[in-house]
Amino acid sequence: MRWRDAAVPLAIFALLAIAPFIGFGQGYSLTLLARAMIFGIAAISLSLIVGGAGLVSLGHAAMLGIGAYGVVVLDHARITEAWIVIPAAMAAAGAFAAVTGAVAIRTSGVHFIMITLAFGQMAFFATSSLSVYGGDDGYTLYNRTELFGTRALEGRLFFHFACLGLLILSWALVETLLASRFGRVLRAAHQNETRARAVGFEPYRYRLVAYALAGALGGLAGVLLANGAEFVAPAYLSWQRSGDLLFMVILGGVAGPHGALMGALAFILIEEWLAHLTEHWRLIFGPLLILCVYFMRDGMAGVLRRD
Amino acid sequence: MAIQDNPDLARRTFLAGTGAAALAAPAVHAQTAPIKIGLVAVLTGAGASLGTHLRDGWMLGMRHLDTKIGGRRVETIVIDDELRPDVAVTKVRAAIERDKVDFVVGVVFSNILGAIIRPVTDSGTFLISTNAGPSTLAGRGCSPYFFTTSYNNDQVHSVMGKVAQDSNYRRVFVLTPNYQAGRDAVAGFKSKFQGTIVDEVYVPLTQLDFSAELARIASLRPDAVFTFMPGGLGVNLVKQYRQAGLANIPFLSTFTVDESTLPAQGEAALGFYSAATWAPNMDNPANQAFVRDFEGVFNYVPASYAAHSYDAARLLDSAVRKVGGNLSDKNALRAAIAAADFQSVRGAFRFGINQYPVQDLWQLQVARRPDGRFQTETVRKVLTADIDPWARECRMPVRI
Amino acid sequence: MNTTLLLIQVLNGLQFGILLFLIAAGLTLVFGVMDFINLAHGVQYMVGAYLGATLAAWTGSFWLGLLLALPATLLFGLLLEFLVFRHFYDRDHLSQVLATFGVIVFLNQAMKALFGTAPLQMPLPEALNGGIPVMDGLLYPTYRLAILGAGLAVAGLLWFLVERTRAGMLVRAGASNAPMVSALGIDIRRLFMLVFGFGAMLAGFAGVLAAPILSVEPGMGDAPLILAFVVIVIGGIGSIRGAFVAALLVGLVETLGRGMMPDLMRLFLDPSAARQTGAALASMLVYIVMAAILAFRPAGLFPARR
Repeated sequence: MRWRDAAVPLAIFALLAIAPFIGFGQGYSLTLLARAMIFGIAAISLSLIVGGAGLVSLGHAAMLGIGAYGVVVLDHARITEAWIVIPAAMAAAGAFAAVTGAVAIRTSGVHFIMITLAFGQMAFFATSSLSVYGGDDGYTLYNRTELFGTRALEGRLFFHFACLGLLILSWALVETLLASRFGRVLRAAHQNETRARAVGFEPYRYRLVAYALAGALGGLAGVLLANGAEFVAPAYLSWQRSGDLLFMVILGGVAGPHGALMGALAFILIEEWLAHLTEHWRLIFGPLLILCVYFMRDGMAGVLRRD
Repeated sequence: MAIQDNPDLARRTFLAGTGAAALAAPAVHAQTAPIKIGLVAVLTGAGASLGTHLRDGWMLGMRHLDTKIGGRRVETIVIDDELRPDVAVTKVRAAIERDKVDFVVGVVFSNILGAIIRPVTDSGTFLISTNAGPSTLAGRGCSPYFFTTSYNNDQVHSVMGKVAQDSNYRRVFVLTPNYQAGRDAVAGFKSKFQGTIVDEVYVPLTQLDFSAELARIASLRPDAVFTFMPGGLGVNLVKQYRQAGLANIPFLSTFTVDESTLPAQGEAALGFYSAATWAPNMDNPANQAFVRDFEGVFNYVPASYAAHSYDAARLLDSAVRKVGGNLSDKNALRAAIAAADFQSVRGAFRFGINQYPVQDLWQLQVARRPDGRFQTETVRKVLTADIDPWARECRMPVRI
Repeated sequence: MNTTLLLIQVLNGLQFGILLFLIAAGLTLVFGVMDFINLAHGVQYMVGAYLGATLAAWTGSFWLGLLLALPATLLFGLLLEFLVFRHFYDRDHLSQVLATFGVIVFLNQAMKALFGTAPLQMPLPEALNGGIPVMDGLLYPTYRLAILGAGLAVAGLLWFLVERTRAGMLVRAGASNAPMVSALGIDIRRLFMLVFGFGAMLAGFAGVLAAPILSVEPGMGDAPLILAFVVIVIGGIGSIRGAFVAALLVGLVETLGRGMMPDLMRLFLDPSAARQTGAALASMLVYIVMAAILAFRPAGLFPARR
């Protein structure tokens, strides 16, 4: 079972690695694939708390947004070195997650969904009022983040592999975490909180750590998103974006990060394909969403496992 | 042009131009393949009605030009930016790199323009904005590849400042949404108004109910109210302003009462003031043909978004004609666009150094037409051949 | 701020709160009785506004429009229940959130395809078109008082239905123990359907009431939906009483916060910074209040008895 779970993501990584050389090498295709991989990282980070801890967050876009604004704030201060920008942005997103999580994790179920939404909205309004960084109009990045002082990330192909590398790292990290003792406690507390307490674990602390880690990983996706689009705006933090992320996780399956990975790739590619068909593509997308949720109880990962 | 009149041949050359480009000689390709236009308009979400005006204005231009600009066939690719900047970047890159569009036209909102400006101009493609005209791109950020047929936002707001000043209003209440464009509106208004601002109130973009602000206005009793409330916000505000019995306080606005919102505001907006570069009742033949045919085809009254897009179609037609259909010489093409040798629906029109229009700006008022529809109509010309305040900061390169 | 203005702002806050209560009541009923999260409640409000505006234009009368829109929204709600929602009653909250999110995506686009992107107009009824002078130069629109009255009437009716009728007793019983009610020979499915249709009609009613003062356009249900969720979470999920108190609280916090935040900030900051920070804080205020309440009472102010 575990082996098959790993087979699909490994195949996806291999495909993504050769994609630029089998007809997806134009700048545009690379942009699309990079976007899919970035949302892959975001969805994987969300799957840590949704699948692992059973905490359904409707405010995860805030983590991406804070990561992206980390790039902006440092860019404004003329700091563009990746080895400073990435840790700083991840720390900022992780800290935001830790602080809001400390309050949110006290609640559960629907209340948790709503309180994370509330924190997400606060972050949204806060970024909208940052007039130094363009407020609602957003902030155009004239240079991407630098790597050891070089402009390597400006190259589309290099950026593609940077995203792929970080995607694999994120997947491996979350996979390892969930398989570790830490992950087992998280899942045990999700399945039966009373029993977890009875055997001496305090779920609150484990959940908080998971939530902060997911936030930091989301921040990483935000850094990449800012660099991919070379532009950052409060729209990145909208609650609809959080809904999209949640859907990616469900579409792929909550059983593990491989589901989130598949969900994110499928979501971005389906959206792109439908938008090409008709202006009213949402008339198809909405029902498609409902049918997916109805028929694929365990997501795409579940469908693959069934055969 | 004989080739294009024969559909079979035209189709074959079209295929040659796309699928097997390598086989066709580049020169032949350049002359017979259609000119591709990426038309960026928001068609989903809150701004969709503005995007629809913008798109339909362009489409009417195409109809009037027989789907040709400068004699060459045009293929328009409509891009819905969904008001999501990262989505817009992905789609616009696709248009440039996959579809090989020759021009990018449109864009309603400044934040979308801010997101796509680099991918478009970096690729050496001309971008003609037909609505968004942010200060950043008018001043230091000006680009030889960027033109706008609309205005710089500050100009429109400053018209209302001048109107308030000329009307001897001494105490004005200012109400805008709390985002960048809202703060710019206040700055633009203040640039030409020397009286007292009794209060500045900023409301969230998701505001539904204005009763708190209306009560405040009533308690301060200003000589006039200046507001900038685009889209649904404006619909809510205007309805509630009228119902609160405040309509005896002059309502000076920008982008709040126009043909995109009047169908929903109706009588509540009657007599309210607005500022713009254009109004449907402008008395020139080009405009009369535009408004008449627009209503004939789309069955609603066009707003300035439509007028500026229609102008962009005519502008590109004149430019491509000037260069004889040859788009490869960017400097010649740029000079041809900058010449602005076309009949604008606004009357006088030329480009300034920063490639923003130098034009007259008007005070408008909402009126009911004999057929029962509502539109804005010109009251007086407030600024003549106005140059936006940022143009002097622009260091435009002479050659690309 | 003088006393009259303060009183008017309080009235404004209450009136906005009542409008929120009309939306939140249906949501909390469905949630409490069926344990079903319906994000599509906001689009049902939108559909109500569209139906009201269209029917009013068609019949030429606000009252006929309102009267016809009520059964129409009820039918529409039942149709949605039959087509989509009933298939998700026994699924987890996450699936429900996503399926109903799909309904939002579909209906927002459908309204756009059917009615175009331009907002619709719904004129006020003649009888309610006036206003009562409350302050020099300010009329309090009669229509807003009517909304206040209608909201209070609905609140009273709901209380009566839930607390004093057999159907209400079943609803309360269903909320605390659905299998038990089912075992007693009550058709729980039919009960759910009724509650759902009733909730949809309440949302539609709120939509029609809002149509003359708010913009009728695709996506108009999204902002009220979020606020309605805030209301039911603060109030305690499933509790009509909680929804009522929380709706008024949220209405007051929203309205008074916007009126007073900038003045409050002026104590610490220079005027222009105070206005902007104040406005930003005011828009966050509702969420701050919600986070604070949930931090101390994780199940809301009036948790339903389970």
